[in-house]
Parts: sequence; C-alpha cells; structure tokens
Amino acid sequence: MHKVVPVLTVVAAMFALWYAAVPFMNVKETLTGLERAGAVVTPDNPIERRDASSFGLVFRNSFAIPATYAQDRPRLPAPHQVAQDLWETTALKKVSSKRSLVYHGWITLSATLLGFAIGTAAGILLAVGIVHNRAMDMSVMPWAIASQTIPILAIAPMIIVVLNSIGVQGLIPKAIISAYLSFFPVVVGMVKGLRAPDAMQLDLLKTYNASQNQGFWKLRLPASMPYLFASLKIGVAAALVGAIVAELPAGGARGLGGRMLTGSYYGQMVQIWSALVFAAVLAAALVLLIGFAQKLTLKRMDLS
Amino acid sequence: MAPNANSIVISANALDLTFQTADAPVHALKDVSLDISQGDFVSFIGPSGCGKTTFLRCIAGLETPTGGTLTVNGMTADEARRARAYGYVFQAAGLYPWRTIAGNIKLPLEIMGYSRAEQNDRVARVLDLVELSDFGAKFPWQLSGGMQQRASIARALAFDADILLMDEPFGALDEIVRDHLNEQLLALWARTNKTIAFVTHSIPEAVYLSTKIVVMSPRPGRITDVIESPLPKERPLDIRDSPEFIEIAHRVREGLRAGHEDD
Repeated sequence: MHKVVPVLTVVAAMFALWYAAVPFMNVKETLTGLERAGAVVTPDNPIERRDASSFGLVFRNSFAIPATYAQDRPRLPAPHQVAQDLWETTALKKVSSKRSLVYHGWITLSATLLGFAIGTAAGILLAVGIVHNRAMDMSVMPWAIASQTIPILAIAPMIIVVLNSIGVQGLIPKAIISAYLSFFPVVVGMVKGLRAPDAMQLDLLKTYNASQNQGFWKLRLPASMPYLFASLKIGVAAALVGAIVAELPAGGARGLGGRMLTGSYYGQMVQIWSALVFAAVLAAALVLLIGFAQKLTLKRMDLS
Repeated sequence: MAPNANSIVISANALDLTFQTADAPVHALKDVSLDISQGDFVSFIGPSGCGKTTFLRCIAGLETPTGGTLTVNGMTADEARRARAYGYVFQAAGLYPWRTIAGNIKLPLEIMGYSRAEQNDRVARVLDLVELSDFGAKFPWQLSGGMQQRASIARALAFDADILLMDEPFGALDEIVRDHLNEQLLALWARTNKTIAFVTHSIPEAVYLSTKIVVMSPRPGRITDVIESPLPKERPLDIRDSPEFIEIAHRVREGLRAGHEDD
C-alpha cells in the first residue's frame, strides 16, 4: 500500500495536467467547428481568433470546453480518446489487419530484437577485445564514442538508402540501426564490468598460476554481470528507439514508426499518441523482461 | 621427495628491488638476505614502507627483484609460483560474492584441475581445519569479517602447498577476534607443519606467533634484526605475560626504534 499511493498520486497528477491542457490546445479548432455549426463564439472573427491567446479564448468561450474533449482530429487528444483508440486498434482489430497496432508493433519488435541481439553480441565482443588488447583499447573506444555523437536521425536514412541500393531492405536495415544504438551502452558497461576486479583479486589468480582464459571465465565474466544487465536495460530501450527511427525514412507505413509518420501526414494526433503509448509499454515490457533474466542469472551464479 | 626438517625452503641473498616511479626511483628493498627453514613461522614486522609486503610479494613471484638471488623450494620465485608452491592470504579476504564459501574454496581447485570428488573432499577438510564446517553453503556477506578471513585461509590451504604466505591477514580485524585467530593459526600450523611467512605491524602478534621475527626498517627497506624466538611451540594466550615474551617484545621494539634513528 505504501508503494501504491505515491505511484497513483504521480499518475493522477499527470492525467490531471493532461486533461487541463486539452481545452487550451484544442480551443481554436473547436471554436471554428462550433461556429460553422451555428454557435455564437467570441470573438466571431476567425482572423482575430487566430491571433488571440488560447487562455483568453477558453475563458471567453467556457461553453465550448466539453467539445474540446470530443474533437475528431484534436491537436492534443484527451487520455480517454487515446485509450479508446488503443483499445480499438489492439483488441478489436484482427492481428493481421494493417490497422492493428499489434501488427505494427510486431514489425517494430522483430527489428528491435534482432538489432538488440546483434548490438549486444557486438558490444560484448568489443568489450572483451578492449579489456584484453591494449591496441583495441586505444583504437576502438574513441570510435565507439564518436559513433554516438552522430544524430541517429541523420545517419538512419543513409544506412537505409545505402543498404537499399545493394538490395537489402525490410528487417535487416532497421535491425542494423537498432544495433548501432544498442551496442554502445553494452560496450561501456561490459568494459567497466570486466575491469571491476581489483588488483588483489587479479594477484590471487596469479598465485594460482591461472591462465588468462580461467581469469576471464572464473573472475572477470561473473564480476561483470551486474554491469552487463544494467547496460542491457539501456540497450534494449535504445534498440526500440532505433527501430522506430529507422521506420521513418523507410517510407512504408509499416511499424510503429510508420504509424507515427502517417499520423503526422494526415494530422491524426490520436494515432501518433496511440503508437507512442504502445511503444512505451513495449519498452517497459522489454526492460522488465531483462530485469527478470537478471534475477535468474544472478541466482544461478549463486549456485556455482 | 619429503622435505626434511630444517631444510631451507626460502633463501634470499642480497636481494634488491627498486621501483621506477614518475618522479624518483623508490628503493623498496636493499641487500635483504634471509633463510627460512621448513616448518618455520617467520614474521616480518616494521613500519609501513619498510618493504615487508614487497619482500613477501617477491617470494610469491608477484614482484621481480632487480638484484640478488631468491630461491623458493630450490626454484626461482616465478617457477615456484607456476608450480603452485605456496598459498597466499591477502589483507582482505577477497571472497567472490557470487560464490558460496565452499565455492570460493573450490576456486583454486577448479583452476588447478582437481576432480569434482577431490574438490569436495578437500573443501570439507579445510573447512574443518578453520572451524567453518557448518558454513560451506553460506555466502560471504553472511559471515563476519573474522570468519571471512578464516575462509580465505582455508582457500589458501585447499591445495597442497607447503608454504603459506600471509600479508597482514588480521590487520583489519579487532583485537579480540585477532587474538582468537592467532590462537587458531598456531594450532593449524602445528597440525599442518607448513612453513609460514607472516607480515604484520603488531609486535604482540609477531612475538606470539613466530619462531623467527624479522625486524625491518624503511628508506631503503632492509632487515635490521632477526630474532630467533626461545618460546616453546605450545603457546597458550597467557604466555604473553611471561618474562621471556616481554623480553622479546622489548627487543623487537628496540629494533624498530633503531631503524628509525637512521632517518
């Protein structure tokens, strides 16, 4: 109970803020619609209304407030409108329908998972190389850092176009962009983790005349696990962002990124918000899954 | 080949070690000569910077002397390390938090390739030696500091090394626990007949435990006195109130003071 109350308080505050913002965001379009339907609005001049502040318009036309929550194409949809759209596009549509968010979500998720797997594998391999090889330590890390300073929005279209020109399209280019974003936290976390054992623990292995291999499997790798899982949580969320961003220049209206893009083309803010909420829930689920895997792994390590 | 009594297992002759640091070379050991016989309990005592730990690390092959000769079991220190001639106990227990106590003791056995059955036998045996038989399945954080250090001693005893090198193993523990562990260590030494080299900065600890006390002084690190203890092998804790004990402690203190007068 002592946990539920603060969580609910924060959620309630967010919804209150959201509902409070809706009339101000939607008042201009609502008034235009109401005027067209014959209602008397102040001021009645559309040009004057365009230049007026939203605050003033809401207070002078308080009768219009309920209508701002029921717009067909609101600038800011109310939470219940998003919830209704989510319900209609997940539960009420067939999974194979192009209007189903589950369909689009799976397209994004498959690219995310493939990219995350590639990124994690690459990240771990790079970290192992960096820790064991001085030359790699000095050469790879600066490039890894530089790679993350390039905005993903700038590099994603290039990757898509280049790969498309050699005939690679669909899942793979998106997965590569996902991997591009998710390998970095894994490299950083894993390097830190593999270097976590202190000089004394390394000396101890030396007194046993342990090989470098044994040092890796018995000490460095288990010591790095908490770091790895912290990185994986960041990495999987980054992989999802990568997959969504990769869907924007892909042109097709497929995937959650595609839904957001078509939503913005046609002014369907509700559709954008639904895709956004769906992506957020997906990310949370992925992070939770990794947390679960972490618990399982650390528990199994205990039994060794 | 069984080691005969009084045969020399560790022999240092005119040992020198200079660390090259960024500003000036540090003369950590200068002209250190010492023989340690089979079954000896040798303590190294001195202020910090006197090279006592460095000397122990040289014996372990963890540091390489820049001059002089050093043999362990008739080999160079590095060969002896590769032959797993000694167990080393560090100042901190350094147990792996993700392994149980038994799992931690198995670590060197796994690395050295003992069979699963042999591993379990040895773990049970050394846990019994350090009186931790009921704690094999516990994790390090579930044990007190003194028990953790006992587990790390068990880990060093698990494989058949005749030499035990201990670097201030009880330095971080309180005096009551330390007394108890000193008593246990003597009993363990009597039972196993190991050769023990023990670094400490506590005079009572050095005198209580040792058959031979090596007093060292800093800048450069060197031996100022070697005291053969006349105390009997059987040593109850109250031996520390005997005149012989007080006399040796006095001589150690004098040796430490003499080392400082050179400054």
